[in-house]
Amino acid sequence: MSGDRVTKVLLFISSLTILLLSAGIVISLFGGALPAFREFGFRFITSSAWNPTAGSEEYGAMSFIAGTVITSILALIICIPMAFSTSLFIAEYYNGTRTSGILRSLVDLLAGIPSIVYGFWGFYALRPLMVATGLTDQGFGVFTASLVLAIMIVPYATSLSAEIISMVPAELKEAAYSLGATRREVIFSVVIPSARSGIIASFILALGRALGETMAVTMLIGNANVIPKGLFAPGNTMASVIANQFGEASGLKMSALIAIGLLLFLITALVNYLGKLIIKRFA
Amino acid sequence: MKNQIFILMAAMVLLLVSCGGGGSTTGKQKQITLSAAGATFPQPFYNLAFKKYNEAGGPLINYGGIGSGGGIKSLRDQIVDFAATDAYLSDAELAEMPGEVVHIPTCIGAVVIAYNLPGVTDLQLTPELLEGIFLGNIKKWNDPKILAANPGLAVPDMEITVVYRSDGSGTTYIFSDYMSKVSPAWKAQLGTGKALNWPAGIGAKGNPGVSGTISQSQGSIGYIGYEYAFAQKIPMAKVMNSAGLFIEPTLESFTAAAAAEMPADTRVMLTNSPNPAAYPITSFTWIIMYKELAYGKHSSEAAEAAVKTVKWLTGEEAQAIATSVHYAALPQNASLQAAELLRGITYQGLTVLR
Repeated sequence: MSGDRVTKVLLFISSLTILLLSAGIVISLFGGALPAFREFGFRFITSSAWNPTAGSEEYGAMSFIAGTVITSILALIICIPMAFSTSLFIAEYYNGTRTSGILRSLVDLLAGIPSIVYGFWGFYALRPLMVATGLTDQGFGVFTASLVLAIMIVPYATSLSAEIISMVPAELKEAAYSLGATRREVIFSVVIPSARSGIIASFILALGRALGETMAVTMLIGNANVIPKGLFAPGNTMASVIANQFGEASGLKMSALIAIGLLLFLITALVNYLGKLIIKRFA
Repeated sequence: MKNQIFILMAAMVLLLVSCGGGGSTTGKQKQITLSAAGATFPQPFYNLAFKKYNEAGGPLINYGGIGSGGGIKSLRDQIVDFAATDAYLSDAELAEMPGEVVHIPTCIGAVVIAYNLPGVTDLQLTPELLEGIFLGNIKKWNDPKILAANPGLAVPDMEITVVYRSDGSGTTYIFSDYMSKVSPAWKAQLGTGKALNWPAGIGAKGNPGVSGTISQSQGSIGYIGYEYAFAQKIPMAKVMNSAGLFIEPTLESFTAAAAAEMPADTRVMLTNSPNPAAYPITSFTWIIMYKELAYGKHSSEAAEAAVKTVKWLTGEEAQAIATSVHYAALPQNASLQAAELLRGITYQGLTVLR
């Protein structure tokens, strides 16, 4: 057997393993979620009931879908100005300078901090600040969780956007300069329009990360299994409720948690697919 | 091509199998290894006790703190030598098991009401107040009902923040079992369970999460395992027991709760004890194992080691370890009953402890 062939076979086997693994995950999620969907039907998605007491068990995913979507969108809204301006700064204004290099590595550093550490920081540093503003009694809630989430996804959005901004052809910019455009005009009429879809895609991918974030959110959102009543009210997210409750769950409750996992999987897959679609169009 | 893939895969499988087999035989030759899993509530006690037992020449015991539910599941699937649970198995759960299961109480744990109120360290609570606070009907610390039970106490004008367990837990089970006994409103609205549909407050994960949140948040109140409140020096409320006395949570008042008569299989909740000296929110925590230990590939050595370990756990030496990590020791009647139950455990029909 030639070396080339061995390599080919090995590569084939390892890619097949990945494929089988992901198929296996989807199949077992479906299988596990089946009892919950059979019991509650479509109501499982639309209902916000979550009553684990034996005898009157009732489960619905709406509170957690709402919590996940609200925190992620809010995080995205907070993240956009930060990530957008940082990426412009790194990739356009100060491109190639030492400042930009340092900033770039700092952003990458932020991406490497584990979720639990963000959670700790949020719990001990950010939460007392929130209490000091007087907007909330204990600092737990949707807004605090979103704020930490925003900081966590800034690095992803920033480095992707910066990459795309620096890919804008120099000829385009030079042509604009030769027509007498100022730097600001070049950025807003040449760089941003031609990098627009790539920048949007980077934010969508960042949103995908926010949807699945667990530990930091669990420590700050208050873990109340209801649709949040306001920005400063406690709630819960899909990833967080699974992490919290799977340990002692069994029967119908376990199935409900797996069904939430399946829904989260589908939502995240959809968001990532949208991101990929936009990038494809850009390329 | 197809042939080559097959040979390669077969080689990989062989490799995996030989690795797995090799690992377990060398483990067996050195010493007996037992695996156990279950409740996190008594885990600090079990971890320390099993470590000391192993150092004294006992088997190596891997205890996985995966929760009581997980422990019961593991015992049902026969993948552990014994399991630990904070809630005894219901008749329905017992019927689902492939064999007869015995409950061995190992120590008494208590759930305390911890709170964080500036300047207040001697709060007294009645069952009615607990119901009002945890159901969200009493919203302020200076509510007249709280003041009535605490004459002369300078309770600040603050919002009450209830902190509960966001994960399923035996601690929640014990607390809700007590509340369901003393409050019809609680029984109707929340019932008893390891996770509840809380009407007010915020959730935190695990005993450490709840105690951390309480100690960080002024105006908060929650229920936690005694040893966590004790270790973190969080103030604990005195709770009015069935005799109408406010009882301070101490190891003595916990043990007093178990002094009464109990059923032969020890399946009893100690909450709301009739003993006037007893703290009302207490519970046994149990080791559960099969009565007949010859099942599957379970060896007689492992069976003997498991029964001896549990016997040691209910004995004087281990009970002293329990007290040192702030669990209350078994009263004499309970340890006698535990010994009796252990003598009934068999391997292929023969008594294991002779």
